[in-house]
Amino acid sequence: MSAVPGIVAVNTFREAVRDRVLYNLIVFALMMIGASVLVGEISIGISRLVIINLGLSAISIFGLVMAVFIGVGLVYKEMEKRTLYCLLAKPVRRWEFLIGKFGGLVLTLTVNTFFMALGLGAALYYVSREFLRSDAMIVIAIYFIVLELALVTALALFFSCFSSPMLSTLYTLGIYVAGFFSGDIREIGMVTHSPAMQTAARAISYLLPNFRNFNVIAAASHGDAIPFSLIWQNTAYAALYVALALIGASAIFSGRNLK
Amino acid sequence: MSTPAIEIEGLTKDYPVGFWRQRMHRSLDHLTLQVQDGEVFGFLGPNGAGKTTTLKVLMSIIFPTSGSARVRGKSIDDVSMHREIGYLPEQPYFYDYLTARELLDYYARLFGFAASERRERIIRFLERVGLGGAADVQLRKFSKGMLQRVGIAQAILHDPQVIFLDEPMSGLDPVGRREVRDIIHDLKREGRTIFFSTHILSDAEMLCDRVGVLVGGKLQGVGAPREIVSMEVYAMEILFETPEGHPLPNSLAKSATQVGGRYRAEVPEDQLYPVLDELRRCEARILSVTPLRPTLEDYFFKLVARDKSAPPQLVEVGAR
Repeated sequence: MSAVPGIVAVNTFREAVRDRVLYNLIVFALMMIGASVLVGEISIGISRLVIINLGLSAISIFGLVMAVFIGVGLVYKEMEKRTLYCLLAKPVRRWEFLIGKFGGLVLTLTVNTFFMALGLGAALYYVSREFLRSDAMIVIAIYFIVLELALVTALALFFSCFSSPMLSTLYTLGIYVAGFFSGDIREIGMVTHSPAMQTAARAISYLLPNFRNFNVIAAASHGDAIPFSLIWQNTAYAALYVALALIGASAIFSGRNLK
Repeated sequence: MSTPAIEIEGLTKDYPVGFWRQRMHRSLDHLTLQVQDGEVFGFLGPNGAGKTTTLKVLMSIIFPTSGSARVRGKSIDDVSMHREIGYLPEQPYFYDYLTARELLDYYARLFGFAASERRERIIRFLERVGLGGAADVQLRKFSKGMLQRVGIAQAILHDPQVIFLDEPMSGLDPVGRREVRDIIHDLKREGRTIFFSTHILSDAEMLCDRVGVLVGGKLQGVGAPREIVSMEVYAMEILFETPEGHPLPNSLAKSATQVGGRYRAEVPEDQLYPVLDELRRCEARILSVTPLRPTLEDYFFKLVARDKSAPPQLVEVGAR
């Protein structure tokens, strides 16, 4: 197994860690979690629910912002600044570079999510002075957020292999929103009486990654049990889509003439 | 006969130009070239001649429209070929959040060097390019010349047998240029093959075993600098001073130019002695007489001028 993706991933992680923008986002996300404590305190009887809900939403939204905005620039920046020239002159295959960049950003997002989750845990403990057994669902919800972010990163990377950062951002966010409502797209197809429309709607809904599957924030905040089967199903689902996006990205990027 | 270090066969690169009515611009036109092992080869040409395009194709940064190339017998598509080469891009730019040491460590890892060897190599090569004291300075604080040096260090860090340098002297002050020339000399002494592009013809004359001149994407001439330019004397240069108040001889009145208190004149070889006699008659003091031969620069400009008269190469899409 080639060590190149790992080496590129560590460098990508180092780049992200040394970027001040990242810290601004993390601080902002932690402030959001902190603010949820205040909101929780004025929500009599449901303070834990409010804190978990707002906290997980903040982690998800800020993670998404980082995944999209850093993800679309991962390859573009290397091309634009021509740092890629020296790298490709080394024994590095283009797909190894892409996998490394992806791995580096996912590592960064995972570490960020971990720190934001610590912030959420601290806020929760501050309010209730205890952790409940049902809080284990928060960990599962955070794991699903990481899977979602990995998928968004792969999509951002895929689009950035053939379009500008601006367009890649639009495409990625577009797919995210459409993927969140992919179930509704299928429903729209069902209410029409046209078999062609139904087939098209079904095809689109299956093609789009279903991001709603990863959202268990409501269940986690209510302390409802999340079925174990959903963990491996979501893991396999994310792995499949990530693999498809990265294979597509590698195929496009491997044949691309750099500037 | 041993395999050439670099073999380029019919390398052609077309770029699309225009938005609505797209045409292909031929940047490189059937380039065929061989560079032997241990040779220093200078790739000369004006801006836009196709020098950087050639290097980018060899590094697989861009792909050729047609043709092929091999380095030490390995196709440029073969990633293992990259273990045997070093490359310095034109105006290199590196990750500015890294220090010089971290950058070289990143690249050294890609070649699989162990930690202790990486440490030793990084120090050795940074010192070799005169950056021993700047190892832990972030690259964002580096000057253009320092970036060029770190670029050379990363190109030779893994002891490659063939080294490609794209304009290695650009951005360097005279001291820096001298140091880079010394590094190239050292690499040649170590038996490495060096292929470098440059605008600076004096550097090429000083360093290269052979040069190739690329104009308009076409290779116009290859050979040792002394071979490709004719060594025939085309004129004689006379430097002289005249006593105050003495007019210039008639034969030089129009052609001589005054530089400081001296005159400079170029005369055909067969008229040298009559002109010297005239100068003696007007009591001029002859400072020097030098035969003038075409330089690499003259040869270069002749080729460039010839190319400028040719129409640009635009090919209709589909015509390829």
